[in-house]
Amino acid sequence: MTRAFKNAATALGDDALVLAQRLGEWSGNAPTLEEDVALTNIGLDLLGQARFLLSLAGDEDELAYLREEREFRNVQLVEQPNGDFAHTIARQLYFSCYQELLYRELASGDSQTAGLAAKAVKEVAYHRDHAVQWTLRLGDGTADSHERMRRAVDALWRFTGELFAPVEGLDVDLPALRGEWLATVSQVLERATLTLPTGPDRTAWAAGAGRQGVHTESFGRMLAEMQHLHRSHPGATW
Amino acid sequence: MTAIQDTPGAAGAVGLQAAFDAALANDERIEPRDWMPDKYRATLIRQIAQHAHSEIIGMQPEANWITRAPSLRRKAILMAKVQDEAGHGLYLYSAAETLGVSRDELLDKLHTGRQKYSSIFNYPTLTWADVGAIGWLVDGAAITNQVPLCRCSYGPYARAMVRVCKEESFHQRQGFESLLALSRGTEAQHAMAQDAVDRWWWPSLMMFGPPDADSTHSAQSMAWNIKRHSNDELRRRFVDICVPQAEALGLTLPDPDLRWNEERGHYDFGAIDWDEFNEVLRGNGPCNEQRLANRRRAHDEGAWVREAAFAYASKHMEAKG
Ligand SMILES: [Fe+2]
Ligand SMILES: [Fe+2]
Repeated sequence: MTRAFKNAATALGDDALVLAQRLGEWSGNAPTLEEDVALTNIGLDLLGQARFLLSLAGDEDELAYLREEREFRNVQLVEQPNGDFAHTIARQLYFSCYQELLYRELASGDSQTAGLAAKAVKEVAYHRDHAVQWTLRLGDGTADSHERMRRAVDALWRFTGELFAPVEGLDVDLPALRGEWLATVSQVLERATLTLPTGPDRTAWAAGAGRQGVHTESFGRMLAEMQHLHRSHPGATW
Repeated sequence: MTAIQDTPGAAGAVGLQAAFDAALANDERIEPRDWMPDKYRATLIRQIAQHAHSEIIGMQPEANWITRAPSLRRKAILMAKVQDEAGHGLYLYSAAETLGVSRDELLDKLHTGRQKYSSIFNYPTLTWADVGAIGWLVDGAAITNQVPLCRCSYGPYARAMVRVCKEESFHQRQGFESLLALSRGTEAQHAMAQDAVDRWWWPSLMMFGPPDADSTHSAQSMAWNIKRHSNDELRRRFVDICVPQAEALGLTLPDPDLRWNEERGHYDFGAIDWDEFNEVLRGNGPCNEQRLANRRRAHDEGAWVREAAFAYASKHMEAKG
């Protein structure tokens, strides 16, 4: 297992883990029972992907629970707080469209992740469909939901550029996927009577994004909550 | 005219009641389109609604630990469990709908305190071990209560229970296994498991309801084949199951009077504190306020989403013609 490969598995594993953790926060709090089931389902798929990927890079629990904030390699998009339901859906839309393209590429390759990717691409197609349906309902629903969805796609836009930055050890040409991603997302937003955000798609501090271990403020709190019990009992098994 | 035709005369009503009674006597299922007495319908609505509400309120104490689960495997198991409980809520609200009440009406009754949920969920989950204790004891008690409901006279409820029970027994085994890992773990983990069992044991026994002598609804429910065994009978059965399991766990149950009674063929156990039970039922449990407030908040915060979905569906229905 080369260092570069482990880096790639960690980056993708962290994406899935962190988003699963955020979706877990919705449990019992969703707008309908059906959505409670759906968001948990998506979270569980992502958690399964995370466990597979992190196990390729090392021990899944050591990686999840014993690394410091600066050692996590996830993109900043997935760590963004849930916000209202519109923010969660916008985050899902941007990320699932990206993950679907990424896993499709990985599935066609012959790396150790091809098997996982082939299974995950089906899961992620469902995640994308879920996000698309809700983007349409919220964008083209009531005046209030339209405004909330507009704010959400705008607010999260600045975290999308990072998705297409090359990842060391990943055998996928990420920058080349951006065109197709953009086409899909613009089409969905247009159908939802929303417009593609025009602001910058990355923050000014672009050199230090999540892939390099630089995260946003809320991430530390998320990790503190996730890790505290495990860390309080060093060496224990659960 | 139609009104006269639709309303059975006195002779017709007697015939319907006789058919209903005969179905019960033969232990047959009553289906949504069959005639049934109003009180039978009302009793079922009350019971199924309370059961559905318990499933969804019951998500809260466990979801409390999803973000903090101490391993990724345990996190996955817990998320799947809480998701199952939401699913149970869905089956049960659907079963209630076959009796002519909508989920919205029932949720409204929950939110305004006019319908209840199981008091057990008014206790807090203070440590990780509580998640294991709930799985082992609370899901265990639920199974003991619900397995007989798989033969309940009302078809949709009985069928929902078959699915629910399969999943509950899975939860019970996972809870047991989680507690076993703690009990055999470090000293601190073992103590955490024992503390959780100490706190959840008595409330779990109260899940079977008041003693038979004080149970208001039991006799009629038994006559209607909704209930098959008395509260005390089910409670005894549960204790008999749990004692050897606690031994296997290496944990003790917090009852000095617990001992095998050779003559009765059951375990004897100590007196239950019914004052506490009644206090929690009256709304004075540690979490009554919090559980209901959380539930209302989630519902209120989701209102704009449900409105948007409705508006979107109406627009696009019109568009399709
Ligand atoms: Fe359940
Ligand atoms: Fe359960």
